[in-house]
Amino acid sequence: MFNDRWKLLSRAASPGGTRVAELSPSQRHFQAPSRGLDRRAHAQGDVYSRHSNGLEQFFSQIQGLTGLRILDLSGASQANVGFITGLGHAIYSEDVLKSLDLAFGDGDFFQNQSDPERTERFLSQNFDFPENHFDGVLAWDSLEYFTPALLNQVVERLSRALRPGGYLLAMFHTEERADSIPAYYYRISDARTLLLTFREMRKPAQFFNNRAVERLFSSFESVKFFLTRDALREVIVKR
Amino acid sequence: MWNKRREEDYTPKPPVAPAAPVEPAREVPPVQAPAPARSAAPEAPRGVAAIGKSVIIKGQILSREDLYLDGEMEGTVEVPEHRLTIGPHAKLAAGIRAREVVVLGSVEGNVEASEKIDIRKDAKLIGDIKTGGIIIEDGAYFKGSIDIVRAADSKKAAESPKQAARPAQQPAPAAAPVAAAPDQKR
Repeated sequence: MFNDRWKLLSRAASPGGTRVAELSPSQRHFQAPSRGLDRRAHAQGDVYSRHSNGLEQFFSQIQGLTGLRILDLSGASQANVGFITGLGHAIYSEDVLKSLDLAFGDGDFFQNQSDPERTERFLSQNFDFPENHFDGVLAWDSLEYFTPALLNQVVERLSRALRPGGYLLAMFHTEERADSIPAYYYRISDARTLLLTFREMRKPAQFFNNRAVERLFSSFESVKFFLTRDALREVIVKR
Repeated sequence: MWNKRREEDYTPKPPVAPAAPVEPAREVPPVQAPAPARSAAPEAPRGVAAIGKSVIIKGQILSREDLYLDGEMEGTVEVPEHRLTIGPHAKLAAGIRAREVVVLGSVEGNVEASEKIDIRKDAKLIGDIKTGGIIIEDGAYFKGSIDIVRAADSKKAAESPKQAARPAQQPAPAAAPVAAAPDQKR
């Protein structure tokens, strides 16, 4: 199976930390962390932009096509809606982190994810998509906040919802000893540039190394990795 | 002289004045009603038909003028040629069809806005959107699909009004038809 996979490809990240001048003055900017997690105290609304090889790869695969359906799990935003519909595609927006908080946020967040009744309700409310419905999925870093059992079900549903040959973009933090990691809103600036708006520090349910990511997407045809300078591993998987 | 005056009095006047101004005068004030500051919780602008926050409606609303809806509503809302503003206190479980929709409150149902839809901060919309243009403020909660339709497509849709605004039987559809026949374009 691994023979079919693309060779693991690690690339040094592109020039990160571009300041975004056109943002509103109320939004504070900071430079992209050069190595490892940014230890500075983040504040809600902090924004930085950076090149994303994963995003570039994702959109290069659907270049020239129109009328596709793209699932965006970072919540609806003017940037993403404008960019994707501007390419002639339809977008389905879903703020998975918010849905997770609504479903499991009362009490022990991770313990609640093992409650079968709750997980069933969560899955049917948020991941009940028809088979082969989407041509691409932008999962961003949302998969890090699911406990393993629930995550496997989520990935299985995403796999079913993605048409064969479709692509999924996910991101995983590389620093394995951090107690909490910064969660962002991911906004698409252009086909290769992301605008990351700091959301909050969150405790991840689990950390992923390359092997764990490969295991997670074992039902997919191929997995391709990109390392970035801000301690994120970008992953493009092909159904 | 007296006779002359009488003749002047009876001079036939052109039949212009009485009828003409009625229609435009009815249209102008509501449409141009002062737009509230973005994201502020506006009150119903003067001259616009308004349904207050303590009103509960089950059924169908069809409006031929701008409408401000701040109450609870279950069914369908059609404002085909005008603007529908869903106020901050509104809770709608309804299919919506309008020329322009501004959402400040909570909506569960599909929305078709031929011109544009504006989802303001703190608004909540669960459902599928078909529109000519969309504005989403940061802080708005939206879950569903967005399909941008061209003017020609929306004209077609306007011709079949019954299909457009259907009551929201399943308020949070996980997936509904979005782009037209995407398979053919692939």
